[in-house]
Amino acid sequence: MLKDFADYVVYGLIGLKPEAHLGQALNFFIYDSIKIFILLSVIIFLVAIVRSHFPPERTRRILSHKREYIGNGLAGLLGIVTPFCSCSAVPLFIGFVESGVPLGVTFSFLVSSPMINEVALVLLLGLFGWRVALLYISTGLVVSVISGVAIGKLKMERFVQDYVYQTKVGNVEIARQNFREKIEYARDYTRDLLKRIWPYVLIGIGVGGFIHGYVPSDFLIKYAGPGNPFAVPVAVLIGVPLYSNAAGTIPIVQALMGKGLPIGTVLAFMMAVTALSFPEAVILKNVLKIRLLLIFFGIVAVAIVGVGYLFNAIL
Amino acid sequence: MKIEVLGMGCANCNKLYRNALDAVKMSGKEIEVTKVEDIKKIMNYGVLSTPALVIDGVVKVAGKVPKAEDIREWIKQQGGNAA
Repeated sequence: MLKDFADYVVYGLIGLKPEAHLGQALNFFIYDSIKIFILLSVIIFLVAIVRSHFPPERTRRILSHKREYIGNGLAGLLGIVTPFCSCSAVPLFIGFVESGVPLGVTFSFLVSSPMINEVALVLLLGLFGWRVALLYISTGLVVSVISGVAIGKLKMERFVQDYVYQTKVGNVEIARQNFREKIEYARDYTRDLLKRIWPYVLIGIGVGGFIHGYVPSDFLIKYAGPGNPFAVPVAVLIGVPLYSNAAGTIPIVQALMGKGLPIGTVLAFMMAVTALSFPEAVILKNVLKIRLLLIFFGIVAVAIVGVGYLFNAIL
Repeated sequence: MKIEVLGMGCANCNKLYRNALDAVKMSGKEIEVTKVEDIKKIMNYGVLSTPALVIDGVVKVAGKVPKAEDIREWIKQQGGNAA
């Protein structure tokens, strides 16, 4: 049905020939855009409903005094569904640590929350298929667990800013939403999010349809292609200071994949951009001493590089 | 009545602050709206996600930006209780 609509618009209304490159590209663009926006609306709405059942106050209760490994895995999973914005990172961190969530478990949450979310899932699913989407989610979880366990093992508690453990966190009962409010919240959330990310999504889809085949790819392939063993760490090093949400990275991901870069290199880049960034470092400096901050970034970056190599090796 | 906006100065915190000011204007009352940016004070309220809105010491919402109309409703309710 979507295909018929795209055919009708491009070959009927606009009158382009189906054999022409431009016609095909435009057809592909319209078809993909509609498909992805329908997927995005449905999935974001559903996830928002699930999210309203897991406010951070509840997540904290679930994770409090959990053992390592199990706790880290749970934290990674909860990171996917708990609403998170980098501006909440500091109160969240203090609240978790203060209520007995182990430091390593807290870090697993901090890694997975920005990196794995429904937008990344839908876009990867719509543009590259379910295999890539599943790989991104599962290895994202692995990165968050490995990083959290490592920091837990290193006994880094003394490198948390001193005031964190002294801060008294008040007890609060925030009014629960009823069903109607949850639906309204999910609707508003979906609308706001789509409003924010639609340009990136369209550019991402457009890059796949139009630029493919027009830009000489020799240059990138020569320096970042399968032949270069350092492509993955270089991609991660470039990605770490950059900041963007998952949607914002999609145009670049599309372009790099279109140019034939190996999938591990590209996904490692995407993870590095979303999970670590310079602004996040500035925010976390409020709760972490510089040494732990550097160790945290180092461990996560190394884990992402490892995942990148793994992808390149098995796919 | 006193309205406090909790948050360390992110974009959403500023949006909530503006909405709160709008709500006060709509209500026609003289209410002081202050920003609370000190993390220790924010934690004393027990919220884990910002921005949060506090009216007379009661946390009304945390982790999202309510509309000015919603805030005006809360002001009305709270005002009714006090009278």
